[in-house]
Amino acid sequence: MKIAVCVKQVPDTWAEKKLTDADRTLDRESADGVMNELDEYAVEEALLLTEASGGEVVAVSMGPDKAEETVRKALQMGADSGIHIVDDSLHGSDAIATSLVLSKVLADKGFDLIIFGSESTDARMSVVPAMVAERLGVPQMTFANKVEVAGETLKIQRQTEYGYDEVESSTPAVVSVVEKINEPRYPSFKGIMAAKKKPIETVTVADAGVDAGQVGLAAAWSQVDQFSERPPKAAGVKIEDDGSGGVKIAEYLSEQKFI
Amino acid sequence: MSLLISRRDLDFQLYEWLDVESLTSRDRFGAHSRETFDGLLDLSEQLATEYFAPHNRAGDVSEPTFDGERVTLIPEVGEAIQAFAAADLLAAPLPEDQGGFGLPGTVYSACMMLFGAANAATAGYQMLTLGNARLLLAHASPEQVERFVPPMLAGRFTGTMALSEPHAGSNLADITTRAEPQPDGTYRIFGQKMWISGGDHEMTENIVHLVLAKIPGGPPGTKGISLFIVPKYLVSDDGSLGERNDVVLAGINHKMGFRGTVNTAPSFGSGAFSPGGEKGAVGYLVGEPHRGLAYMFHMMNEARISVGMGATALGYTGYLKSLEYAKDRLQGRGIGEPPESPQVPIISHADVRRMLLAQKAYVEGALALGLYAGRLVDELDSADGEDPDDLQLLLDVLTPIAKSWPSQWCLVANDLAIQVLGGAGYTRDFDLEQHYRDNRLNPIHEGSHGIQALDLLGRKILGTQGRGLMRLLAEMNTTAERAEAAGGEAAELGAQLRASATRLAEVTAAVGTLPDVTPMLANASAYLDAAGHLVIAWLWLEQYLAAVGKEGAFYDGKRQATRYFFRWELPKIQPALDVLASGDDTTLAMQEDWF
Ligand SMILES: Cc1cc2nc3c(=O)[nH]c(=O)nc-3n(C[C@H](O)[C@H](O)[C@H](O)COP(=O)(O)OP(=O)(O)OC[C@H]3O[C@@H](n4cnc5c(N)ncnc54)[C@H](O)[C@@H]3O)c2cc1C
Ligand SMILES: Cc1cc2nc3c(=O)[nH]c(=O)nc-3n(C[C@H](O)[C@H](O)[C@H](O)COP(=O)(O)OP(=O)(O)OC[C@H]3O[C@@H](n4cnc5c(N)ncnc54)[C@H](O)[C@@H]3O)c2cc1C
Repeated sequence: MKIAVCVKQVPDTWAEKKLTDADRTLDRESADGVMNELDEYAVEEALLLTEASGGEVVAVSMGPDKAEETVRKALQMGADSGIHIVDDSLHGSDAIATSLVLSKVLADKGFDLIIFGSESTDARMSVVPAMVAERLGVPQMTFANKVEVAGETLKIQRQTEYGYDEVESSTPAVVSVVEKINEPRYPSFKGIMAAKKKPIETVTVADAGVDAGQVGLAAAWSQVDQFSERPPKAAGVKIEDDGSGGVKIAEYLSEQKFI
Repeated sequence: MSLLISRRDLDFQLYEWLDVESLTSRDRFGAHSRETFDGLLDLSEQLATEYFAPHNRAGDVSEPTFDGERVTLIPEVGEAIQAFAAADLLAAPLPEDQGGFGLPGTVYSACMMLFGAANAATAGYQMLTLGNARLLLAHASPEQVERFVPPMLAGRFTGTMALSEPHAGSNLADITTRAEPQPDGTYRIFGQKMWISGGDHEMTENIVHLVLAKIPGGPPGTKGISLFIVPKYLVSDDGSLGERNDVVLAGINHKMGFRGTVNTAPSFGSGAFSPGGEKGAVGYLVGEPHRGLAYMFHMMNEARISVGMGATALGYTGYLKSLEYAKDRLQGRGIGEPPESPQVPIISHADVRRMLLAQKAYVEGALALGLYAGRLVDELDSADGEDPDDLQLLLDVLTPIAKSWPSQWCLVANDLAIQVLGGAGYTRDFDLEQHYRDNRLNPIHEGSHGIQALDLLGRKILGTQGRGLMRLLAEMNTTAERAEAAGGEAAELGAQLRASATRLAEVTAAVGTLPDVTPMLANASAYLDAAGHLVIAWLWLEQYLAAVGKEGAFYDGKRQATRYFFRWELPKIQPALDVLASGDDTTLAMQEDWF
């Protein structure tokens, strides 16, 4: 089985995120870059599937130079090779452009599965997997908390609000995973050393066969015109318990429409 | 930001000061690069944060129990041991031809400090196991290595070092555990050990004890001590576990700190089990008879440096935690501020800054010493044109300092960290009191402070007719020359270092001319104190020089800590040197019945 895993570098989950003054896009320099957490689950699932039935895993990331670290992290975990799509013209791309570039790069490479995390912690749109599936004309099997492949049949449990649906499709297909699906591994030191020797192919927008005018900030369908800092946290409300503390808390919660 | 060890400081010391990347040009470390170093540092920080730190307090509160038969530990310890082994962290520093990954020890010890800061007691099991495996790799037969080392590296077995006995701690010459030779070439061990860390538990399938014992008829004293492998369960040729060996606990010790590392009094050959139907614990001789202590000492430099690093790790994390607290805690106002003005964070009080700066100077200075010594070990292991005897001379003289100085001063750092927190520091709501208790072990084990002092002055300095000291002072001289060439403040610091080093040399010469060895060694601990502070001053100047021309708060902090050390700490060596120079006999002349 040949599996592509799409991994994105995002600002450290716990760091305060900022927009740049210059063009109001995310300031990727202000915080350490890490692999988007849900993408770790995607890598883990790809590794589990190929460990069980053979095959290869290719980690794919679109992002600035620094994003190579994230491809490398996937290689340290055990992926076999990487593709890093890097091009100045990509700066500020929206989901539509991202899915265009990814689908061009992923097409015709013989992948049986393309696995994503179901959303990224910086953009939180959850749409790129669906868009890529649509562009490639393959089934979209999103929000999986379990994945099974038998021959050319793919079965997933698709997580819903109250439980899950069982969904079946043919391969090739696009899968996105939720965090219930597995427990991502840490790289071992052996993995860290082996990753040094694994190939990472660098791909530009032109290599992908995409016109630079279709991507980047200028081509984005939505843009940030203006932003302001989050107001500082106001002091909390203290309720003295003179015997009626419980009632006062209930009243407060009800005023704030929590209950 | 992690409150274990500052990663920024590790990066500075490893890359900007010690240039560990240059080690990768040596064959032994050729498979490495900055990428693998950073990869392992990142991985260590993650594992330390997720598998070690969370149960640090639990391991202390729920200390190991012994019901007369079994030792029970909290399960998190076992999970941490497995995660550590699965990440290849036991094999990482071993050479590739020994199943390892050839990582330089300098980088490895930086990684281990993150574990020591997160949970010193749980990290203790790994350190012991690695020490045990290294000793076997150096001195055991290929069959013995094959049988015992891979399962240790894989986290299936843990190891112990069983040297001490109830009546023989500092002085191992007097151990009485004996090893009776058997017709099949094995031995049967009989005796009582004491203080043995990790001596029993059920977190791994087996435990490999390395036991010092005497073969009857051998030479007296230390020359008659041999080293044996004594597994808890015998291991068959195919690697499967066989019969229970006759090693059982007489009890466990209840300690002030390091409580999560079970400390035991194992009895060998007490008759609780009869492996093969015979009396005694089955033991396998390592190497040649009567060479056991020499084999142990072979590992001693690294073991002692790693005790110093462990002390540094606890001092370092305490420093970072008290620093964070001091930025948040509002208390008092600047001198002369009106009472209606808002209270200020305590970090703005000069005395609190004093306590934080002293901690910074101690822990970052101790880190520099441990990493510097680690780098010497790496150079020795990968000799690339250097004269190994020369490197060994320098390493030997630094080792007692690398063990003792951090054990003493990073404990003082923990004391100051408690003080910064005020009443909160004295409670169990904060980690600091535990760090202090854990760290209090370090001046005691692996050769107590007093024994290190005798080793430094007696063996390493007087015993080499001063060559060891001259070698160390030559190194300081080179640094002073660089500082003088840099000019300005660096030159002033260089001159101060040179003057202090010269004084130490003069005093050493005076001590060497005392009439006999008892008065020479009577004030050895004052000597250790003075030499230790001088070495740390030197390494602060080294850091200062590595920061020359660099701007920003981090480098300003390095410069200020250097100034602190040179102005507040280095002068403290003078009274100690005065005592030594005068051949003072106050402690020696004190009589038992005057107490
Ligand atoms: C928590 C813990 C874990 C340990 N783990 C292990 C282990 O895993 N394996 C192991 O084999 N041992 C272990 N030890 C033992 C440790 O190495 C000894 O405690 C240490 O060597 C000191 O020996 P002792 O306790 O018998 O003290 P003693 O030797 O009785 O020393 C008491 C005091 O006298 C001083 N003193 C002794 N002799 C001299 C001398 N000749 N000149 C000047 N001063 C002297 C010492 O400096 C010390 O201050 C452990 C100890 C502890 C507390
Ligand atoms: C076991 C215990 C028993 C106690 N019993 C009692 C009791 O019976 N009754 C009672 O009233 N209290 C009691 N206390 C409280 C004790 O007096 C306080 O802990 C002590 O006064 C310190 O105050 P703090 O803990 O709030 O620390 P803080 O005032 O927050 O001090 C923290 C640190 O900041 C430093 N600092 C604070 N202000 C300044 C300043 N202006 N300049 C320079 N440095 C400063 C301090 O020296 C300290 O190092 C007890 C405390 C303990 C731990």
